[in-house]
Amino acid sequence: MFIIAFLLVEGWSAINLDFLFGLTWHPSNNEFGILPIIISTIIVGVGAVLIALVIGVPCAIFLAEFAPNWVRNIIKPSVEMLVGVPSIVLGFFGLMLIVPFIRDNLGGRGECILAGWIILSIMTLPHVITISEDAIRAVPKSYREASLSLGATKWQTVRNVTLTSAKSGILASLILGMGNAIGETMAVLMVIGNPNIPIIPTSILDSVRVLTSTIVMEISYVEWGSQHQYALFAIGVVLFVLVAIINLMARSAIQRGMMKR
Amino acid sequence: MNEQTKEGIVKIFLWITGIISVFVLLSIIFYVFVNGVGVISLEFLTGKPYRFEYGGILPQIVGSLFLITICLLFAAPIGIGSGIYLAEYASDNLFTKIIRFFVETLAGIPSIIIGMFGLAFLVHYLFGFSVLSGGLALGFMILPWTVRVSEEAVRAVPKSYREASLSLGATKWQTVWNVVLKSATPSIITGVLLGIGKAIGETAVVLLTAGSGLEAFLPISIFDAVGSLPVYIYMLATQGHTSAAFDRAYGASLVLITMFLIINLGALFLRNYLIRRQR
Repeated sequence: MFIIAFLLVEGWSAINLDFLFGLTWHPSNNEFGILPIIISTIIVGVGAVLIALVIGVPCAIFLAEFAPNWVRNIIKPSVEMLVGVPSIVLGFFGLMLIVPFIRDNLGGRGECILAGWIILSIMTLPHVITISEDAIRAVPKSYREASLSLGATKWQTVRNVTLTSAKSGILASLILGMGNAIGETMAVLMVIGNPNIPIIPTSILDSVRVLTSTIVMEISYVEWGSQHQYALFAIGVVLFVLVAIINLMARSAIQRGMMKR
Repeated sequence: MNEQTKEGIVKIFLWITGIISVFVLLSIIFYVFVNGVGVISLEFLTGKPYRFEYGGILPQIVGSLFLITICLLFAAPIGIGSGIYLAEYASDNLFTKIIRFFVETLAGIPSIIIGMFGLAFLVHYLFGFSVLSGGLALGFMILPWTVRVSEEAVRAVPKSYREASLSLGATKWQTVWNVVLKSATPSIITGVLLGIGKAIGETAVVLLTAGSGLEAFLPISIFDAVGSLPVYIYMLATQGHTSAAFDRAYGASLVLITMFLIINLGALFLRNYLIRRQR
C-alpha cells in the first residue's frame, strides 16, 4: 500500500487533461500526452487475449472433456511450464524469430503490434488454459449426465450445458489474462518497436509504444525531479488504475458465476 | 450435417489446438537450447564479461543467486508469518480484511510498478543500485504469493490434527508449531521455491534496482551494484547488434532456463521427499 501511495505522490502533479488526452509524447519538448500510448496498450492487450481465446479455450475444453489421460498428462505439465519461462527469454525469442519473419513476409519494420500480439498470447495462453479448464471441470457431473441421457451427443452437451455453466470462469480467465498482458513489460518491449514519438497505430504492422515499455525505456536516463520524471510516475499510476479495474472486473465475473450456482 | 460428423470435426479441431499449445512451448525451449548450447563452455560459465561479445557470465550467475537469496530472506519469513496468522489466528475483523485487501492489490500490481518504486525509494533514497535494493524489490514482488501459498498450506491441515493436539493439553502455539506447521511445511517450501523461480526470471524490477547487467566484478557486499542474467540478456538483445552478442544471449538464456528448471524441479522433489519422510 505504501508503494501505491508513493507512486501517487510522485506522479500526481503530472496528471491532468493534457496528460491523459494529449496526442504527443515528446519529453525533450516538454510535451507529455499519453493518449497514443494508452490506445496502443489497449489494442495490444485485447488482441493478445483474443488470440489466446481462439487457441486457449478450445484447448481447455479438449483437456477437460475429450483428451485421453495420457495426452492430458503431457499437455498439462507442458502448459504449466510455459508459465515459468522467463519473459525476457520469450521476448528474445520473439525478437530473433518472429520479428524477422514478419519483416520478411509482411513488410514493415517487423517490430510491430502483430509481434506483440503473438508474444503476449503465448504468455497469456497458459493462464487462460489452466483457469478455463478448472472452470469446466467444476461443472457438476450430473448436468452432463442429464444432457447425455436425453440423447445429446458429447459435443452438444459441451456446447449447451458445460460451456454455459462454465462461462463466467472462462470470462474471468480471459480478463485476468488481459491484466497480465497489459502489465507485462520485457517481452513486449523487445518486439513492438518503441518509436521515439508514439503515434496512434493505423495498421497492425505499425511500431507502437505501450505504457510499460515507455517507463522502462525512459526512466533509466530521466533527470531526477524533472517534469519528465513525474510524467513517467504518472504513467505508472495510469497503468496501475487500468490493471486494478481489469482485476476488479475479473473478480466480479467470478462472483457472479458463483452466485448462479 | 448430422451431429455425429459435427462432433468428429470439433474433436479434430480440439486436438489441433491442444497440439499447438504444446508445440509452442517445446519449440521455444528447443530453439533456445539449439542456439545456446554451442556457446556454453567452461570459459563462458566461469569468466567475466568484456564488452558485449567476450568473456563469461559468472558475475551475472552469482548476482542472480545473490538477488534471490536476499529476496528469500525478506519474503519468506514475512510471507509465511502472515500466512500462518491469516489462517490460524485472524478472526474476520476489519484488520484482517485490510491485510487481505493489501495482499490482493499487491498481487495484481505489474512488476514494472514495483520496479519504479524500487528505483525511486530504495535506490534514490536508501541504498543506491545494489544487491539489497534489487533483492528487496523482488521480495515485494513475490510477497503476496508467499502469503497466499502459506495460508493455503496451513488451512489444508485437517482439523482433527489440531483437535488431537489441543485435547492433549497443548497450547494454541504449541499446536501450531508442532503439529500444523510440521504437516504444512512441504507445501510451504514448495510454494516459496516456486515464488523464487518467478523472481529469478524477473527483468524489469532488477533492471531498475540492481544494476546495469554488464558488471564484470563479483559483488563483495550487499551494497554493491550487481549484474544478473535477465538484465544481461536484455542488454545483449537490445544493444548487442552483432551475431556474437546474440549467440551469447542464447547461452545466457539457456543458463537462466536451466536455473529456473532446477529450482522448480527441486521444489517438487523436496516436497515429495518431505512428505515421504513424514509418513
